[in-house]
Amino acid sequence: MSASGYGLFGEEHEAFRSTVKQFVERELKPHAARWEEAEEFPRALYPRCAELGLLGLRYPVEYGGSDAGPLFEAVLLEELAKCGSGGVAAGLGAQFTISTGPLWRYGTDEQKRRFLAPAIRGEKIGALGITEPSAGSDVAGLLTTARRDGDHYVVNGSKTYITNGVRCDFVVLAVKTDPTKGHQGLSLLVVEKGTQGFGVSKKLKKLGWRASDTGELHFEECRVPVANRLGDEGAGFYQIMGNFEWERIAMALGAVGAADDILQGAISYTRDRKAFGKSIAEFQVTRHKLAEMATELEAARQLTYHALRLHAGGEYALAQTAMAKKVATEMCCRLADQALQLHGGAGYMMEYDVQRHWRDARLGPIGGGTSEIMTEIIAKQLGL
Amino acid sequence: MKILVTAKRVEDPESKIKVDAAGKGIVKDGLKYKINPFDEIAVEEALRLAAKHPGDVVAVSIGGKEVHEQLRHALAMGATKAVWVNHEGPLDQMGVARLLQKIVEKEKPDLVILGKQSIDDDQNQVGQYLAEWLGWGQATFASKADSLDSENEKNKVPGVIVGDGAKTVDVIREVDGGLNRLRLTLPAVVTTDLRLNQPRYASLPGIMKAKSKPLEEQTAQGLGVDVAPKITVTKLSMPPARKAGIKVPDVATLVTKLKTEAKVV
Repeated sequence: MSASGYGLFGEEHEAFRSTVKQFVERELKPHAARWEEAEEFPRALYPRCAELGLLGLRYPVEYGGSDAGPLFEAVLLEELAKCGSGGVAAGLGAQFTISTGPLWRYGTDEQKRRFLAPAIRGEKIGALGITEPSAGSDVAGLLTTARRDGDHYVVNGSKTYITNGVRCDFVVLAVKTDPTKGHQGLSLLVVEKGTQGFGVSKKLKKLGWRASDTGELHFEECRVPVANRLGDEGAGFYQIMGNFEWERIAMALGAVGAADDILQGAISYTRDRKAFGKSIAEFQVTRHKLAEMATELEAARQLTYHALRLHAGGEYALAQTAMAKKVATEMCCRLADQALQLHGGAGYMMEYDVQRHWRDARLGPIGGGTSEIMTEIIAKQLGL
Repeated sequence: MKILVTAKRVEDPESKIKVDAAGKGIVKDGLKYKINPFDEIAVEEALRLAAKHPGDVVAVSIGGKEVHEQLRHALAMGATKAVWVNHEGPLDQMGVARLLQKIVEKEKPDLVILGKQSIDDDQNQVGQYLAEWLGWGQATFASKADSLDSENEKNKVPGVIVGDGAKTVDVIREVDGGLNRLRLTLPAVVTTDLRLNQPRYASLPGIMKAKSKPLEEQTAQGLGVDVAPKITVTKLSMPPARKAGIKVPDVATLVTKLKTEAKVV
């Protein structure tokens, strides 16, 4: 089924999609199961992606990006999600979305040269550090502090569930520069790996996204130059909110891409699998199930593309973005669950890919703000 | 060195191919298309040669406006110019070779590289006809001594070896029991086998640049070629479904069956 670019993607986007598809088919998919098992993918994938120009699609040419706009990156996010490993897509995605996004938007030229450019070249891995053991979406309640001391901030606190946390070379860290203030007390600091007092305590075990590195970070009297602060002191809250927009669209796009892959997998499995003398795809119950799955996917895709179109047009569509993120990630969970059911006993076995999709999809309605937070945002936009 | 390559539009092998009700063609609805993979290898080889021996790489495709997609792909990979032979309707391998012959006479390349066959009809004839009608030397099924995992492949070293003064090319072909090396005097025709190279991806800058590269239109009539097919398709049918295998209890039964039923030993 094709719908000629959905009135959103042009010929060049589709040509770029073929390129990414080839890369995913040849260089990611064949290794996905092994990397998930090893709970790691090769670091060399970052420079490899950089070589193909995938790490800086939205970023300016002067820092090594392509300045190609969000639609090309949308194509990349959707196709990367089809690699069969949520962890690989997340580890690579965090590099060109959440960790470098604030540097691009709020960094000075010098900060961009130091951190954004090497990240686009795949030489430095980036992470975004917001969530803490006792606060996540409630960013005003973060406890990590940065006390000013001359030309430095002295950082104390800890972060958790940080994608790329263990092997990152820098982390864009949300800190309280003024603990007496709520939202206004937040700032973003770029902290380099190797800075004294910055430690990684462990690599976390997860239900899904296993190939991605998820870490717990600790800061103890960690001295970070004031020159590493992004934008003004106290501007952190708005910077974090601004970054959420693309993260949520990215997660919706990833869910649409993964669900597409899951649906194709379910179609091919039910065509091959025989029962009662014919392939199970021939039973009406299966055909209708697959048709319903395709319809659900299409509906979520339309909403996601709608949010993407608004974003590409320069509008900050808070409600539509939250709706797309919630609808698409929840749809992906349901499709994965239905696909697993269509696989019968095989679906419960680790040797089939569908169990991994099922585990990976579950992160969607949690990461980047839970479905409940999305619903709250929508309610606020309704003036409730 | 100027090189001419082909970029045929073929059904994506991952699409589900069905024979139509009349049994003369296939169902086109919902099919996806791509550049013939052997032609993609030809484009890659031409680009590698052009990197060492600068010159234009001209990609040719025949068909309706939809073949622009394959031409743009070749341009996005790095070809410098495209020639579109605008043609609707059936075409046999001789018609294709005649059209290519005219384009070659116009473009005057030093070398023509094309896929050994296209993966739709698998005819494997156009390169041979073309060389014969041009009166040029030919080397079919070009391969190379290095594997696709070798350092040379990583460094994009061409498999076709250009001789001193670019008067000849050496082509390595896979034959039973070894490799066969042919030396051709240029101009010549080379057709590509699967293990010649691993084609590059079309990069984003390549895709953007492809939009502004020249795409020239030709027609069979304008080229003065009679393309009325000499071959007509009378019937197409799906290959018979494979029968399920059987399990044998022991080696002795297997050997007996191989002797008496399969008659292979």
